[in-house]
Amino acid sequence: MSFRRLMLAVPALWLIVLLGAPLAIVALIAFAQPSDSIPPYAIGFTLDNLRLVATDPLYRDALVRSLWIAGVSTFVCLLAGFPMALAISRAPARWQNLLLLAVMLPFWTGFLMRINAWIGLLADGGWIVRLLGHRLLFTDTAMYIGIVYTYLPFMVLPLYARLTRLDPALMEAAADLGAPPRMVFLRVILPLSLPGVAAGIGLVFIPAIGEYVIPALLGGPQAQLIGQVLWQEFFSNRDWPTAASVAVWLLVVLVALPGLAIAVTRRRGRSGASASRATP
Amino acid sequence: MSHLLTVDGVSVRYGDTLALDRLDLTIGRDKLFVLLGGSGSGKTTLLRAIGGFVRPDAGRIVLDGADLSALPPHKRPVNTMFQSYALFPHMTVAANIGFGLRQQGVARAETQRRVEAMLTLVKLQGYGKRRPSELSGGQQQRVALARSLAPHPLLLLLDEPLSALDEGLRMETRAELVRLRRSLGISFVLVTHDQQEALTMADRIGVMRDGRMAQVGTPADLYERPADRFVASFLGAANILPCVIAADGVSVSLPALDAVVRAARPGVPGPGLLALRSERLRIGNATAVNVLEGVVAELAYGGDTLSVSVRLRDGAVLRVVRSLADGLAAGAISVDDVVRVHWQPDACILLPP
Repeated sequence: MSFRRLMLAVPALWLIVLLGAPLAIVALIAFAQPSDSIPPYAIGFTLDNLRLVATDPLYRDALVRSLWIAGVSTFVCLLAGFPMALAISRAPARWQNLLLLAVMLPFWTGFLMRINAWIGLLADGGWIVRLLGHRLLFTDTAMYIGIVYTYLPFMVLPLYARLTRLDPALMEAAADLGAPPRMVFLRVILPLSLPGVAAGIGLVFIPAIGEYVIPALLGGPQAQLIGQVLWQEFFSNRDWPTAASVAVWLLVVLVALPGLAIAVTRRRGRSGASASRATP
Repeated sequence: MSHLLTVDGVSVRYGDTLALDRLDLTIGRDKLFVLLGGSGSGKTTLLRAIGGFVRPDAGRIVLDGADLSALPPHKRPVNTMFQSYALFPHMTVAANIGFGLRQQGVARAETQRRVEAMLTLVKLQGYGKRRPSELSGGQQQRVALARSLAPHPLLLLLDEPLSALDEGLRMETRAELVRLRRSLGISFVLVTHDQQEALTMADRIGVMRDGRMAQVGTPADLYERPADRFVASFLGAANILPCVIAADGVSVSLPALDAVVRAARPGVPGPGLLALRSERLRIGNATAVNVLEGVVAELAYGGDTLSVSVRLRDGAVLRVVRSLADGLAAGAISVDDVVRVHWQPDACILLPP
């Protein structure tokens, strides 16, 4: 076997053992019958579990709510992350690494530790609450703060990687041709950074949908998210086939959404391109 | 009529280095002005200061009577053609060319008409719908030119516009740029390090060194009457010998060679330099006022020319370039021959030491 093939075999093996096989097992359990045995399912072929998850409002509402919260969080991350990434990419070269380090610095501390720190910050007796005058902890606001805080670096990094590669001469050319800074941004920087925007959205939105630690620790007790539902089916109810079905549906949605987005942008890109050709 | 552009005592400092040092310059209307200099001479910095991308630390830049100093690039009636072209990769050729017009608020139909006119001007009819990446280097260069000309700037700045083209295309494009500029009547300021480009294209040339203007003049002025040794050797190859100029200004003694030669244009009496263009020197036995004897050290055959290096008595080497069309045969001279180099008095260029 050549060295090249060997090098390719390692990641291939990794994907098969740690991604392909677990997925196959999850799918297998989703089609199995629940039972009181150990493990708590009997291998077979039934669509009951998948049908239940698709039709029962408990799961559907949790999924819709998860999509909504992930969408809003992603949007806020984009609004906050774009100026950050732009500022870092424009900073003097010797500052850029330091600023990037500052973006990634939170990863040096454990995730649970940081969320617990937010519990302290947002707690009822804390100075933030006293300043604002209304409670934050165990509300949607606190949950959004936690999600945006946690995922912001995943938005900033791909945006920065894209923005830092833009030829500064393009921005100068736009200004030279009479574009004020706002138009330089809208007509040149923004369109050219779209691949970075797409990467950032993917990196934030997809894990945010399955998020259950942040909503459990910071969010309110009201409606549940799909991640929490999955956790409960699996650990509290010990209903592995239903839990596996939730996981399968979640995966289907996560694969279908970006696929749909790509199809839509392709189509709009095509008609948009011909429109812009007609009107320079 | 007043000058189009006046650069008045402009200094630009990058950290510890002075990129422009109290530079003065005036550029007339309907002219192609070439800024010529080596790397680090400040020519690109001057161009960027006029475009508004570099803030001068001192001095003023006045265009058509208006002080530009406080204006950001997008408010200056000046356009730049960038060395890398800087075409917008996400826009079509037509959208690139129309970008400046759209920013000016020109109506859509009018923009379309003017874009078509620009495409015709640069001989790219029918290319409007392509992307820049689908064009050759030469075509991209013309799109960049059309884009910078479309908004009708008062002055067009061109930063090494031909450097990315290959040799043959470069020659062609030089003449085309000059023709185009004449037909439009827009003044160009073109930056280059290529002296041939400067000589063939410019109405006037400014030779830059260390952030200052070494000399400004027409190509013939600079070539035939360079102000100093730097300009003489930067524009065309020149042989430079130390000399002493007599009180009459035209008797020039070469102490190292124990010879006296005559110049046509008087120089400043005292110690100086004698510059001799290679192509003004002749080899042969003709009687002439100015003759030096030497030994052929090297021969280089160049097809239409023969380049001869003649070592003089003191070891200095004179380079003589003979056109082979003059009836001189390549084989007539060989290495180690003793030859007589002669020239007319008007070939002498006298420079300060």
